Amino acid sequence: MDLIASLGLGFSVAFDPVNILYCFLGVLLGTLVGVLPGIGPTATIAMLLPITFTLPAETALIMLAGIYYGAQYGGSTTAILINLPGESSAAVTAIDGYQMARNGRAGPALAAAALGSFFAGSVATFLLAAFAPPLARAALNFGAPEYFSLIVLGLLVSIALAHGSILKALAMIVLGLLLGMVGQDIYTGTPRFTFGVRELFGGLNFVAVAVGVFGIAEILRNLEDETEREVGVKRVTNLWLTREDFRRIVGPVLRGTGLGSILGVLPGGGHILSSFASYSTEKRVSKNPREFGKGAIEGVAGPESANNAAAQTSFIPLLTLGIPAHPVMALMVGAFILQGITPGPNVINEQPALFWGVIASMWIGNLMLVILNLPLIGLWVKMLTIPYRVLFPAIVVFACIGTFSINQNIFDIYAIAFFGIVGYLLIRFGCEPAPLLLGFVLGPLLEEHLRRAMIISRGDPTIFVTRPISATLLALALAAILIAVLPNIRRKREEVFVEEG
Amino acid sequence: MAINASRNDLASGGIFVALGAYFALEALRYEFGTPLRMGPGFMPVVLGSVLVALGIAIVLKGFRKPDEEAPPPVPWRGIALVLGTVVFFAATIRGLGFVPVVAISAFVTALASRNNNWLSAVIIAVGLCVLCLVVFVVGLGLLVPLVGPWLRF
Repeated sequence: MDLIASLGLGFSVAFDPVNILYCFLGVLLGTLVGVLPGIGPTATIAMLLPITFTLPAETALIMLAGIYYGAQYGGSTTAILINLPGESSAAVTAIDGYQMARNGRAGPALAAAALGSFFAGSVATFLLAAFAPPLARAALNFGAPEYFSLIVLGLLVSIALAHGSILKALAMIVLGLLLGMVGQDIYTGTPRFTFGVRELFGGLNFVAVAVGVFGIAEILRNLEDETEREVGVKRVTNLWLTREDFRRIVGPVLRGTGLGSILGVLPGGGHILSSFASYSTEKRVSKNPREFGKGAIEGVAGPESANNAAAQTSFIPLLTLGIPAHPVMALMVGAFILQGITPGPNVINEQPALFWGVIASMWIGNLMLVILNLPLIGLWVKMLTIPYRVLFPAIVVFACIGTFSINQNIFDIYAIAFFGIVGYLLIRFGCEPAPLLLGFVLGPLLEEHLRRAMIISRGDPTIFVTRPISATLLALALAAILIAVLPNIRRKREEVFVEEG
Repeated sequence: MAINASRNDLASGGIFVALGAYFALEALRYEFGTPLRMGPGFMPVVLGSVLVALGIAIVLKGFRKPDEEAPPPVPWRGIALVLGTVVFFAATIRGLGFVPVVAISAFVTALASRNNNWLSAVIIAVGLCVLCLVVFVVGLGLLVPLVGPWLRF
C-alpha cells in the first residue's frame, strides 16, 4: 500500500543517526521546558529557530516537533508534583494528579500520564499519517477565496477557544494582523509603517515578536510575584501501576485519545480544550464521580492522553494547508520558511522525505519520551528545584543571543524590548498574547489571498459565498463566533476556564 | 483614584484605540485602491478602523463592571533591569564583544529579582558566560568577536 511505502521512506529518514540524535535533543529539551514552570515550548522554539537554520530541513523540523510534544509530557510531571502546570494544557492534570501525589501515589500518577500519553501520541500520529495525504490532495484545489475563508475560520475559532474576553481576543488578533503588515507591500513595493527604518522593509522579525511577547513579557509577569515554589515530593518511588489501576485507565485513555485527536485539528488551542473536555467526560461517565478532585487516576490518564493526541493532530492543518493551529505551529511555519519551504499542500509531494520523516520521528520521539520520563523521573524532580531567579537571566541572555544570531541584526534586539513591554502591558490588562502571534503570522497570507481573490472575481466580493467550499468555511466561522457569544454557552465556557485558575 | 470601572478594560481599550488609530491614519497616506485592485492602504485602513472600534467597545464595557481583584504590584525594578539589559545588549554587542556583554547582561538581569544578591548574580553571570560560550560560539559557530573593538588598545 501507498501509506506503508511512504512510512518506510519516513522511517529511513527518521532512523538516520543524526536525525535520531536531534529527535532525542528535541524531546529532551521539550521535557525540560515542560517541567520548568515559567518557560514553555513557544518561547523555547522561538529561541531555537535561528539555531536550526544551519541544519537540514528534516532534521530541524524533527527537533522542533520533538520540543513541542515533549513539553506535553514534561508539563504533566510539574502538574502532578507541585500542582503548577508546567505547560498550559497540563492545568487539568494538576487537579487530580497533585492529590494523588499527596496521597503518596505520585509514581502511579506519573506512570498513568506517561503511558496514556504514549498510547495517545502513537495513535494520533497514525491518524496524522493516514489523513494528511488525502486532505493535502483536496487542498490542492483550494484557490485564493478558499484560503481566505479558511484563515478567517482559523482566526475566529481561536477566539472562541481563547480564555477570557472575546472582545479582547478579537482586538489582539486584529493588532497581530496589522503588525504583520509592516514592511514592503507585496504587490506595489510601497513601504508601510517602516518609519523609514531600512530593517523594517522586510517586515518585523517573527522571532523577535515571539520572544518579546512570550519570553520577556512572561518574565516580567513572573517578577510581579516572587514567592519561590515548594516541591512537595522529593523522591518518587514505585512507578508501577497495579492491575486495578490498569483496568481503570483503559477507558479514559481510549476516550481521551479520541477526543484529543478530533479537537487537536481545530485551530486555536484545541489541545487545551481537549484536556478539559476529557476531564469532564470522565467525571460524567465515572461510577464514582466524587473521587474526582481527590486523586482519581482517571482524571490524570484521560486529559493527559487527550492533550498529547491533540498535540500530534494539530500538525494536520499545518502540514496539509500551511495554516498553523496555534502559536507553536505558527513558529513551525517560521521554521519552514527559514528553510526555504512554503508550508502547504505541496510539501507532501515536493518534500516527501521531510513530510514522512517528521511523522515517523514522532513515534520514535514518543517512545523516547516514555523512557525519559519514567526511569529518569528523579532527574526531572531535581530540575524542579532550580530556582526561577537563576533561570530567568538565562532566558533573557539566550533570547538576545539567539535572535541576534539569525541575521546579526541589532534592530531585532530592540524589537524584543519593545514587544516585551507592549506584551507585558497587554497581558497585565487581561489580553492573551497567543491570538496576537497567530494574527501576526496569518496577516500577510490573509491580505495576499484577499487581494488575489478580488482580482479573480473582478472586484466582486460575493465570490466568497458563491464558491461552495469557501461558503462552508465562512459559515463555520460564523457558527464559531456565534457559539462563543451566545450567553448560554458562554457561561459554560467561563465555568470551564474558571476551574483552571 | 477611585473610579467605578475596570482599569484593565480602560487601559487595554485605550492601547487598542491608539494603535488602531495610528495604523489607520498612517495607512491613509498609502494608495487605497479599488475593490478590484486593492492598494497597499486598503487592509490597514480597514483593520485599523476595526481595531479602534473594538478598543472603544472594550472601554465601554469596562464602565459596566469594575475589576474584581486589585492589580498586582508593578515590578518596576524588573521592568527597568530586564528591558535595560536587552537594550544594552543591542547597543554594545558589536562594540564590547560577546564575553563582556553576556557577563554584564546576565549580572544585571539577575539583579532584577529580589531573591538574588550581588554574590549570586556574579555566580550566575560567570556560569551563563561559560554556558553561552560553549553553546553559541563553540557549538554553533556564531561569528562575533569575543572581545570587541571598543576594548582593544
